[in-house]
Amino acid sequence: MKVTVERAALFRSLGHVHRVVERRTTIPILSNVLIRANGGELSLKATDLDLEVTETLGADVGQPGAITAPAYVLFDIIRKLPDGAQVSLETSGDTGQVTIRSGRSRFTLQALPETDFPDLAAGEMAYRFRVPSGELKRLIEKTQFAISTEETRYYLNGIYLHTLESAGKPVLRAVATDGHRLARVETTCPEGAAGMPGVIVPRKAVAEIIKLVDEAGEAVEVELSPTKIRLTMGPVVLTSKLIDGTFPDYQRVIPAGNDKDLIVDKAEFAAAVDRVSTISSERGRAVKLSIADRRLTLSVTNPDSGSATEEIEVDYDATALDIGFNAKYLLDITAQLDSDTALFKLADPGSPTLVQDREGASALYVLMPMRV
Amino acid sequence: METRAALLCRDCLARFAAAPGPRPRCRACGSPRVFGHAELDSLAIAHIDCDAFFAAIEKRDNPELADKPVIIGGGKRGVVSTACYIARTYGVRSAMPMFKALEACPDAVVIKPDIEKYSRIGRQIRSMMLDLTPAVEPVSIDEAFLDLSGTERLHGSAPAETLMRFARHVESELDLSVSMGLSYNKFLAKIASDLDKPRGFAVIGQAEVVPFLAGRPIGIIPGVGKVTQERLARDGLRLIADVQRLSDSDLARRYGEEGLRLARLARGEDRRPVKPERETKSISAETTFDEDIADPQRLAPILLRLSEKLALRLRKSGFSARGLTLKMKTSDFRTRTRARSGFPPTQLASRIFDIGREMLVRECDGARFRLIGIGASDLGPAEEADRGDLVDVTAPRDAGVERAIDRLREKFGGDAVMRGLVFGARAEREKH
Repeated sequence: MKVTVERAALFRSLGHVHRVVERRTTIPILSNVLIRANGGELSLKATDLDLEVTETLGADVGQPGAITAPAYVLFDIIRKLPDGAQVSLETSGDTGQVTIRSGRSRFTLQALPETDFPDLAAGEMAYRFRVPSGELKRLIEKTQFAISTEETRYYLNGIYLHTLESAGKPVLRAVATDGHRLARVETTCPEGAAGMPGVIVPRKAVAEIIKLVDEAGEAVEVELSPTKIRLTMGPVVLTSKLIDGTFPDYQRVIPAGNDKDLIVDKAEFAAAVDRVSTISSERGRAVKLSIADRRLTLSVTNPDSGSATEEIEVDYDATALDIGFNAKYLLDITAQLDSDTALFKLADPGSPTLVQDREGASALYVLMPMRV
Repeated sequence: METRAALLCRDCLARFAAAPGPRPRCRACGSPRVFGHAELDSLAIAHIDCDAFFAAIEKRDNPELADKPVIIGGGKRGVVSTACYIARTYGVRSAMPMFKALEACPDAVVIKPDIEKYSRIGRQIRSMMLDLTPAVEPVSIDEAFLDLSGTERLHGSAPAETLMRFARHVESELDLSVSMGLSYNKFLAKIASDLDKPRGFAVIGQAEVVPFLAGRPIGIIPGVGKVTQERLARDGLRLIADVQRLSDSDLARRYGEEGLRLARLARGEDRRPVKPERETKSISAETTFDEDIADPQRLAPILLRLSEKLALRLRKSGFSARGLTLKMKTSDFRTRTRARSGFPPTQLASRIFDIGREMLVRECDGARFRLIGIGASDLGPAEEADRGDLVDVTAPRDAGVERAIDRLREKFGGDAVMRGLVFGARAEREKH
């Protein structure tokens, strides 16, 4: 194999691909990135056996072929080469090495043959549809924070993507929850997606998609099989295994009858929560909301350090109510809202609360209260 | 303080001057249990050990057993956990395999241990110890070190007398006897409590310590087990006297740090302080099988029963589990442990079992197991347990169910309510 490529392009693509590689892996070839040169293109591929990212870029192919080389070392080498340089990658006979040349620099890396490189073997993808990039990004960005890291409930370790009829219209919906908060965001159902099975996209894939989605011009092509998902974002193709589990029936925990409406100025509210929570303890970050007559009092009491209160004016006509929430969760949710005002729909101090944009947007959040 | 050669009656705590000649009976009550020691009033580190604790409790609770040999233990492969003093005259010892114990003493009454009961009584005794001094270091359910330094004014008596009063108090309140050792450090107090069992009281003072230890086997030193004893015996060290004869540098050269420790203990030096009770860090339940098991289908009901046991212990002690550890011992005595954390705090057998089973199934790789156990670590307060969340909406209801099962079992016995998986496994066993 012999291929020459522009340093900036290679650096950018390797930057996308090499993140998939686990720093500590016991299988040597998983530390490597697969480099394949063929027909005027260079393709790079990395995998951790659950997730695979491939990117293709234009290159001057002197001799087609393929090899695998240590991903992080290669990335660091390319990173340190001067901008605007040309880089050539060449395998040298059967010595099992790959040589990188650029200007007066020359590196030789131990390589492993392409044949040992694992393939996720995506197989037949039964569903295929295109989602506008911005919409996909919104679905994921606004739900990602609620993904659980709890090993025991592994089926919560991802975003649940599914289609359904909502208010008489077919929608594609993303849901994530860790049991304490839930995020639900939807978009118009893309053509070809209706009837797709509900799938749970794992956390690591979600994090990569967010970083790669901007590569995809207008739309992302999504393909689904019962066990895998593949997203084509411009020159980047990400294939991931899905979480093999059943996402809980989240609909029943979304409160329908909460009738106490609290409307707050989002920025003012978030700043106040942030201030009073300064003195809260590491473990219990509860902030108490006391709401009466258009006035909201936020307070935190920490037996070890002291107390804090702050009052803000709000829109609230229902009966007075005291309720506690985790300060961090309140901040996470308000950060996701688009409009300047947030609407809290409350029931009582022990029941889940609904949070959304005042102008009924397509994003909706549920928050479990804490005892205060 | 009283005169140094004073005698002290262990029954009525009367003090009187020693006279030459054989040890007299108590001048106040006539009891022969009179004790005297030159350093009696200057020693303050005690080791207290209940006599045949489990067996004594069973005998106390069932007077018909009073003059019968009683063994606490159980199961085909079980071992003796406690033998009463009558059974011991037949040669039955703790940790002896049950079949051997029954060969030695076929008439023994075998009773399955009721650990809940023994712990309850153990806690009562512990709280009586804490009335004497806050410096109580529990060693096990029925055994503890006490540092009684500086308690003379509080109790109006020297530690020796305070201890004797304590022993009388345990006998009258709980109808159980204890053996006590008093000395100036933990190592010697522990040896002393073993000298005069049962219902014993013994003292080791500074003056006699070196000759006293000289004639003892080296195995009484803590940490010197069978293997070390054999190694030392090969080097000609059998008695503590053999160690005393060697210089510190000799021992250090031969055995390193451990050699220096031997040298110090052989002279009766032990600087470990009495550390007051540690807070509970983990609670667990485990069981050894009658035969090794590899099949996850057969292990599951056992794990479920252990999960129920652990859940009950958590509820009784007012803790919730924020972490769980599965322990499995293979037929070749290798121990595997697997841990999980990050789940909502729980005291529920069903949640513990679900998490435990997931770990268990992964370990069932054909290996045969002789023991499994499940333990709660990272304990939290009970109030945090099973509050339910957006995903686990049934937790509060399940907690109600398990509390109701607790009440039924308390009233009608442990078998009154059984989970289907355990019941099925039992029915299957009985069919064979």
